Amino acid sequence: MLFASYGFILFIGLLFIVYYSIPKKYQWQLLLGASYLFYYFSGPENLLYISFTTLSTYAAAVKISDMHRVQSQYLASHGDGMSREEKKAYKASVKSGQRRWLLACLILNFGVLAITKYSNFAIANINWALGALGSGTRVSFLQLALPMGISFYTFKTMSYIIDVYRGKYPAERNPFKLALFTSFFPQLVQGPISRFDNLSRTLFEQHSFDSRNVSRGLQRILWGFFKKVVLADRMLVAVNTIIRNPDTYQGAFVFIGMLFYAYQLYADFTGGIDITIGTAEVLGIKVEENFKRPYFSKSTAEYWRRWHITMGTWFKDYLFYPLSVSGPMLKFSKYSRQKLGDGLGKRLPVYVSTIIVWFTTGLWHGASWNFIVWGLLNGAVIIISMECQPLYDWFHGRFNVKDSFWFRLFQVVRTILLMSAIRMFDCYRDVPLTFRMLGTMFTRFDAGELSLEALLGLGLGLPDYAVLLLGLMALVSVSLAQRSGSVRDKLAGKPFVVRYAAYYVLIVSILVFGAYGIGYDASQFIYNQF
Amino acid sequence: METLLQILKDLHPDVDFETCDTLVDSGILDSFDIITLIAEISSEFDVNIPAEEIIPDNFNSAEALYALIKRLSDED
Repeated sequence: MLFASYGFILFIGLLFIVYYSIPKKYQWQLLLGASYLFYYFSGPENLLYISFTTLSTYAAAVKISDMHRVQSQYLASHGDGMSREEKKAYKASVKSGQRRWLLACLILNFGVLAITKYSNFAIANINWALGALGSGTRVSFLQLALPMGISFYTFKTMSYIIDVYRGKYPAERNPFKLALFTSFFPQLVQGPISRFDNLSRTLFEQHSFDSRNVSRGLQRILWGFFKKVVLADRMLVAVNTIIRNPDTYQGAFVFIGMLFYAYQLYADFTGGIDITIGTAEVLGIKVEENFKRPYFSKSTAEYWRRWHITMGTWFKDYLFYPLSVSGPMLKFSKYSRQKLGDGLGKRLPVYVSTIIVWFTTGLWHGASWNFIVWGLLNGAVIIISMECQPLYDWFHGRFNVKDSFWFRLFQVVRTILLMSAIRMFDCYRDVPLTFRMLGTMFTRFDAGELSLEALLGLGLGLPDYAVLLLGLMALVSVSLAQRSGSVRDKLAGKPFVVRYAAYYVLIVSILVFGAYGIGYDASQFIYNQF
Repeated sequence: METLLQILKDLHPDVDFETCDTLVDSGILDSFDIITLIAEISSEFDVNIPAEEIIPDNFNSAEALYALIKRLSDED
């Protein structure tokens, strides 16, 4: 089921009525039913995958949690009579048992993700290698459909099992509650990748009808629809024209395409998250934010703390930190400092972890070399920035511009351009073509090519550009206003006429200027494919 | 504590680590600083800080970090 469809509006409308009509204690069960129904619409066979993930995670988490409990009880009753070494040995044996359950769960679930998402990519590479070696043998591709949202729900559940293993919280004893956490429908399409301790606080609570929550949720949904169907889907036409015709559109057009795609992706992804958070809010459930005005970032590292936040923190907490503090990495760190000294020797292990994390982040986004190169380039930019730190320090010591508006604007524009350029690896067919097209921005750039006629040839008319320009102004204004607090709170303080004029404009824009109209299956959310 | 303060000072000479108790919350220590710090602590104190202990509460002040090192070394 598409978010931007009449079916979805009807679905949440009906759910809303039933949700606030039934006894509150049954609300979360209703949400579980609704989530499985939502998932059923995406393909009945997908229910098997999500059920498998839920049940395997449930069983392993309960087992690990039981071991925590037994350990505490044993140490409470026998601890006094045990020596320090005996206690250590006992804890180590419990930990080893827990680790076996954790590893089994991780291997099973990441295995399912790997088979469904990456097996054909692996086969394509094997076939390429066989061809390069002169062999006529080819491996057949698997006919496996990628279950919707598998990357998102697998990451959610694996964070849960790791947290239980770490003793952050006990396992959820009710398998149906865990099933709801895994399948909560607003998050199935594109996240955010919630943590169990955060989401469960409000997910299983009883919610009374609260007109403020409902009104704020509806406003957020409206804003999300506006971004998606009016702006992102409109921009998609021009972006597709440029990237699908690389022989025609080079140089200045690649530059324009890069900016257009930055606009489209922002409107698409943040619009989807607005719909997710708004839908949850209407139901009284608090889902964390996934963006914090990312295009105002002054560096790549900052950008990644503000864009797709829950994915970034997932990789930080469950890959970057464990990898960086693992025994082999600490040994490497010691070795590196002995050989290279305190400067580069200290930084090198951090860089190795960074590259591994960004390689994985790229792979998570999609099974192709485009995404892997995209990830590695992000890592490379972060490492280069760190290596250039002494240069930045020298510059700021010599020129007192750090806090000036123009310098900060320069940093923001630089970050947007850099991130937008790297993001072109999402767009073009393959890696060599992307490098070639990015190269034409420097070798064949001719601003004169960007005539009005040429821009209209991208598939958008003047009214479309006018809508996109007004939309851009609205996006920037909202982001600027958010710096000093919630825009919805500010709107709530305005007179009745102003508030309703704003809603009216948004609704009419969606109905009149929606690129294809709601429900036309022109374009799924971009992040849905991840 | 002196050794720990020196390690922290080497990372950010301009920060007053004896009084600051929002090192993570206010963004002074980022993830790169934290793992550099953990590698230093492992080598200086012979204490390995596991990933599950990397939470803001343990890294927000030099005092909290020192308490963590003491706790982990006592458990060892």
